[in-house]
Amino acid sequence: MTNLEHIGAYVLMLFQVFRKPQKWDVFWTSLFKELDDLGLKSLGITAFIAFFVGGVVAIQTALNVDSPFIPKYLIGFATKRSMILEFAPTFVSVILAGKVGSYITSSIGTMRVTEQIDALEIMGINSLNYLVLPKVIAVLLFYPILVILAMFLGILGGWVAGILTDLFFTEDYIMGIQLEFNPYFIQYAIIKTVVFAFVIVTVSAYHGHKVSGGALEVGRASTKAVVWTSVVIILLNYFLTQMLLG
Amino acid sequence: MLEVINIHKSFGDAHILKGVSATFEKGKTSLVIGQSGSGKTVFIKCMVGLLDPEEGEISFDSRIFNGLKEKEKRQIRKEIGMVFQGSALYDSMTVEENVMFPLKMFTSLSKTEMLERVSFVLNRVHLPDANNKYPSELSGGMKKRVAIARAIVMRPKYLFCDEPNSGLDPQTAIVIDNLIREITQEYDIITVINSHDMNSVMEIGDKIIFLKDGEKAWEGTKEDIFRTDNEAVVNFVYSSNLYKKVREAYRKDM
Repeated sequence: MTNLEHIGAYVLMLFQVFRKPQKWDVFWTSLFKELDDLGLKSLGITAFIAFFVGGVVAIQTALNVDSPFIPKYLIGFATKRSMILEFAPTFVSVILAGKVGSYITSSIGTMRVTEQIDALEIMGINSLNYLVLPKVIAVLLFYPILVILAMFLGILGGWVAGILTDLFFTEDYIMGIQLEFNPYFIQYAIIKTVVFAFVIVTVSAYHGHKVSGGALEVGRASTKAVVWTSVVIILLNYFLTQMLLG
Repeated sequence: MLEVINIHKSFGDAHILKGVSATFEKGKTSLVIGQSGSGKTVFIKCMVGLLDPEEGEISFDSRIFNGLKEKEKRQIRKEIGMVFQGSALYDSMTVEENVMFPLKMFTSLSKTEMLERVSFVLNRVHLPDANNKYPSELSGGMKKRVAIARAIVMRPKYLFCDEPNSGLDPQTAIVIDNLIREITQEYDIITVINSHDMNSVMEIGDKIIFLKDGEKAWEGTKEDIFRTDNEAVVNFVYSSNLYKKVREAYRKDM
């Protein structure tokens, strides 16, 4: 298949995904399960990484801003901006592309190669709608919360790093994070997150759903899904930044 | 009656089914046999609608299945039960949830009614105590029985089984064969089994269709198998010494 054919097949897949669920009570059950699998179970890793990256950004900024003409509150300011504008929406999404994306591809791919998807379709169930729609809705609902949490923990991590290393004072840091706060940046980050969340689930599901063969092919599809999801996220990040902030 | 009329199916340059026709009747167990690569799986996948044949018709009680829109096909699909080679049970669901799944999706039965139906079919396949087990906790034979229970829970009119005995020991294979035959007669359904297990052919084959290189090379009953001189069938069925001896003994008796 050429790349253009893949894009066409991906778009056709989306038409199958976004249909009315065949049974609403089954859909709600799946949605809550996916909120747990894809959302709550990603909390730990996101919190851990956000906290430490926030700390590292603050330390790096402090170490590189040693001129007496540059005020210390810029450390807090830079940490806040980096976390809100880039780290939380983009970096967290790339991490989740690895964690959640590979999980989606391998679980759907395994269902494909073990004929579980065939079993659904023989029953007359739209397998894409049944398997993918609850995942898409779950991440669209949960990832903005996850990203806001990452922003908060990143900024907190920066402050903790400052206390532990004595590189800057709490007052300076707090002044920095309060400086020129623009609520639109949060909006911008959430818009990006929603787009990236959609890409993570649908691109990974596409790769899983079209697997044929065995375990090796499922593994390959997983890797391919993570690579393509990351590429699409990085490209979309560029265009969205240009569109929303340019 | 299930009728397959002159179906053709290709994948790229490979012409897999070359005009196969067959009819399958109610209350009878029909077996589609043939060597690996003869087109058995493609044949059964065309019948259940997982593949679309390029030519020909598949008619479920005079309703032409292929060529229908997906929504119309869905109605017929509700009347189809299928047992897959690897059982295809949903890993994340317990036995009870697996069997209950079609009921949840397609009926408006209450939870109690669904549980009653599930327990009835699980008893029917002799698995009364496995409700809360996951597929990973079951043996191959148990998985097949759960798959049969799931296939019959909607009381289908048509039952398709893709190599139901593969990977099973001979004793369990006989249990599964007998179960399929009993269910076929009890529910008066059309059962089509794709197999290369000669024990199944001899035990439950009310009708046997032999495919070779994508064409129907022979058709008959299990008794006819002993009488036929069709070279392709004889070479396939009597490839083992045991069956050669059985055939010789049968012919001597005749």
